[in-house]
Amino acid sequence: MGIRFILMVNKQGQTRLAQYYEWLTLEERRALEGEIVRKCLARNEQQCSFVEHRNYKIVYRRYASLFFLVGVDNDENELAILEFIHLLVETMDRHFGNVCELDIMFHLEKAHFMLEEMVMNGSIVETSKANILSPIQLMDKAS
Amino acid sequence: MGSQGGFYQSKEFLDLVKSIGEARSKAEEDRIVLNEIETLKRRISEPDIPKRKMKEYIIRLVYIEMLGHDASFGYIHAVKMTHDDSLLVKRTGYLAVTLFLNEDHDLIILIVNTIQKDLKSDNYLVVCAALNAVCKLINEETIPAVLPQAMELLAHPKEAVRKKAIMALHRFYQKSPSSVSHLVSNFRKRLCDNDPGVMGATLCPLFELIARDVNSYKDLVISFVSILKQVAERRLSKAYDYHQMPAPFIQIKLLKILALLGSGDKQASENMYTVVGDIFRKCDSSSNIGNAVLYECICCVSSIYPNPKLLESAADVISRFLKSDSHNLKYMGIDALGRLIKISPEIAEQHQLAVIDCLEDPDDTLKRKTFELLYKMTKSTNVEVIVDRMIDYMISINDNHYKTEIASRCVELAEQFAPSNQWFIQTMNRVFEHAGDLVNIKVAHNLMRLIAEGFGEDDDNADTKLRSSAVESYLRILGEPKLPSVFLQVICWVLGEYGTADGMFSASDITGKLCDVAEAYSNDETVKAYATTALMKIYAFEIAARRKVDMLPECQSLMEELLASHSTDLQQRAYELQAVIGLDAHAVACIMPSDASCEDIEVDRDLSFLNDYIQEAIEKGAQPYIPESERSGMLNISNFRNQDHHEASSHGLRFEAYELPKPAVQSRIPQTLIASTEIVPVPEPMYPRESYQTTMPSIPSDAGSAELKLRLEGVQKKWGRSTYTPATSTSNSTSQKTVNGTSQGDGASTVSSMRETYDSRKPQVEVSHEKQKLAASLFGGSSKTEKSPATGHKAAKASSHVVEKSHVPKSSLEVASEKATPAQQPPDLLDLGEPTATSTALQLDPFKQLEGLLDATEVASAVNGAPAASRSPDIMALYADTAAGIHNKNDADLLSGLSNPSVTNMPGTTAMPQVTQSSSKGPNPKDSLEKDALVRQMGVNPSSQNPNLFKDLLG
Repeated sequence: MGIRFILMVNKQGQTRLAQYYEWLTLEERRALEGEIVRKCLARNEQQCSFVEHRNYKIVYRRYASLFFLVGVDNDENELAILEFIHLLVETMDRHFGNVCELDIMFHLEKAHFMLEEMVMNGSIVETSKANILSPIQLMDKAS
Repeated sequence: MGSQGGFYQSKEFLDLVKSIGEARSKAEEDRIVLNEIETLKRRISEPDIPKRKMKEYIIRLVYIEMLGHDASFGYIHAVKMTHDDSLLVKRTGYLAVTLFLNEDHDLIILIVNTIQKDLKSDNYLVVCAALNAVCKLINEETIPAVLPQAMELLAHPKEAVRKKAIMALHRFYQKSPSSVSHLVSNFRKRLCDNDPGVMGATLCPLFELIARDVNSYKDLVISFVSILKQVAERRLSKAYDYHQMPAPFIQIKLLKILALLGSGDKQASENMYTVVGDIFRKCDSSSNIGNAVLYECICCVSSIYPNPKLLESAADVISRFLKSDSHNLKYMGIDALGRLIKISPEIAEQHQLAVIDCLEDPDDTLKRKTFELLYKMTKSTNVEVIVDRMIDYMISINDNHYKTEIASRCVELAEQFAPSNQWFIQTMNRVFEHAGDLVNIKVAHNLMRLIAEGFGEDDDNADTKLRSSAVESYLRILGEPKLPSVFLQVICWVLGEYGTADGMFSASDITGKLCDVAEAYSNDETVKAYATTALMKIYAFEIAARRKVDMLPECQSLMEELLASHSTDLQQRAYELQAVIGLDAHAVACIMPSDASCEDIEVDRDLSFLNDYIQEAIEKGAQPYIPESERSGMLNISNFRNQDHHEASSHGLRFEAYELPKPAVQSRIPQTLIASTEIVPVPEPMYPRESYQTTMPSIPSDAGSAELKLRLEGVQKKWGRSTYTPATSTSNSTSQKTVNGTSQGDGASTVSSMRETYDSRKPQVEVSHEKQKLAASLFGGSSKTEKSPATGHKAAKASSHVVEKSHVPKSSLEVASEKATPAQQPPDLLDLGEPTATSTALQLDPFKQLEGLLDATEVASAVNGAPAASRSPDIMALYADTAAGIHNKNDADLLSGLSNPSVTNMPGTTAMPQVTQSSSKGPNPKDSLEKDALVRQMGVNPSSQNPNLFKDLLG
């Protein structure tokens, strides 16, 4: 399965984007997000970017005010996931231009579309920025 | 470009986002969302809502659910939106549906039809949107509805469609392998797709297929190797490059697959050696992604048939990881080491100090990873040190999930490698004391059995000592508040069996303690039951020894309470106790033989001892007993019996005899069997000796030869019997003392002492000496010659560590970042064009000062300046750190982000280069300007409550 969820949470702990690749109920999501965010926010910058939580491993990375958290299975390459996060941010940056938290909030669906291109069934399927963005650009043009 | 969408967004939506963005607390956010729910409930069912408006409503619904509230009232509208003709609206509808619904939701059936239609669309983007939905919403029952179309799409001219069709098939396979078993050959075909994206996606399902059935895919080894070779040689399009690495994510996937295929297969592995070796050489070890690939190479090398050259390369990389300052790399290094030591155990030794550094690191993640490594390398020579450390750590954490895991690991290691039974019991005591409620009850039964059976040798003396030391330790432990139930059960049982056995403690001592337990844990009926039976045993032994029995007053009141207990079990035990006390010494000795828990109980299944009694009764005219089989006339009983038979005899009365005891089934309360031998002649499961011997291989008591016992002193003290190990105690005492003095401190707060040693480690030579000792005990300190160079290395490392840490990188980084700040920091969102720049300058809002946006000269007030200075390096440092301490290269990389590095390196850059820089960053500066203008127009501005919203993520 690999990736189980991708979260974007700001440093106040407010969720900015949540995508799950396995079904959790609303209550489960809320509880999980609360626990994870509390754990990650408590860590300092020298510490590992990885945290174990229950059966998940969380790989997280902070950009300005926003934390990107990816929950993965135990046999996933953490360092690669860390770079996957960066690839996602670079891709968003290419699209939005100096992407900031507000861009994601105003264009939540687009951030999701990018993720839909990059990850399917919990696996990374596309890593070329051009391929990720082209359907979104085409849609923008069409509408 | 991205901002364009903003022009279609209504003021209402922007206001909502703004207020959510500025909400300062969860309560405030909840208020906003609840309000929004009310608004939407009203609006969304109005007639004739324009498409764009509806799309916005749906996104607002997504917000509601994302922030933890129920938006089910709007699901149907999201479903309807998937029917829309406009691609953007349709895709948003699909997105919302996939976020809202799970595959078993009732509404899915309404979408399947739409999906079917969309899969046939001429517009490939529509097809893609539908395939996305397929991957999220189709369950086992709906697979047939879309399967034929999805299969046709595997040959679609557009690569994006083929890629998603493959993933749809992958999803079907995950949901129901049998439904697509005839189609898996398609994965092989798509592996040869012309488009690297399709090929890369195909690796995901192939990985899963191969993981389930390696042997069917051995023929693909050559293909995978050749693909990997081409990728590594940069034959793929540049678009797949990431930080100068050719398609690293595809490389990683391929290496994972090769690891599976080459595992235990020499022939397959030989095909891989060259390409893996090439990657080892080519990989850029200064970037995170390069290291990610290298790590995957190590995983691969340690999984396939070993090759000395590759193992050497892997060991080199590991040692580089472990020596790195980056915690992330250390973590990967520890993990990789854990994999490699399975093949070449000797490499652990050269990294012993690095491993111990990680073990003592305050970072919990790193520590856990290191414990995992230690767990993998435990042997009988280091088990004591490792388990001791593990328990210390277990005590220090609160996370029950991990506590359970580490406790069971301790038990497992202790059972497997225990050097002596005494050590085993002591270790179990600690585990029970601190995680008793988390460990399996079987562990408790094992411990009781061990104490009862002793060494399994013919050394009764040693067994007796073992037991009395156990009793003594338990009496002391009972003073602790709030002991776990399972542990109390063990304690009560042992006290009952052996409390008075050696004459050290009087019956009133033990019974007093037992009464205390029953009183202190009066809510725990199991513990009370154990305590009661233990009391009975003590009194029985007293009576059997023809001593006078004086029941303590507290014991009497306890019995009175139990005789009237609601629990029939407790009541029965109390009555039995009463009955036993009234008997004479001989009878009691028969009922309650001392130390007989291991004796076999002979069961007379025919109840022959009653024959005389029956004979007498029959002679007096009683009805003879009719065996069940002959009782056909008695309808109700035979019916009952038949029924009973069908129901696996779990309910109702049992009329047949009990089965013979099975070793696997352990009775919940073992001492009942002793208690009830004569009263109720029912065979109870016994603890067989054989199983004990398999779980606890009788280790030659090398208590003396264990030269590396770090905590041996604690053991002696705790168990108090110097006579127990008479030969060793003197010879060991000196070395123990030094070990104890340096490493263990007072032993009470090992965690804090660990921290202390970590903090004070660098300057102190003795500390590193202590660490060395630990290393020796962990890694089998056979190498005395290794020690002195190791110290040198350690000292050098430590000192360089200090210098590096305190001065070089930090200060340089600070300088760099401070200088870079004016050029780099400002969210160019705001300061792009002249008009906005002036307006922001005029506003002089607090946010800008906070974020260090103003020029260094303008930051006049020290109050505002300080946070600016402290904050900016903070962000930079973070980035540098997550980039895994690859300073030189990555600094440039990250500072510039996507822009040209020269700008960042120039300290005094002014407003002009800023504009050029940002124009090179974003696709179009005009867009950014528009974005900025828009949000300002909407009233979201950086002076408001949450300035972070504007912060450039890649800043």
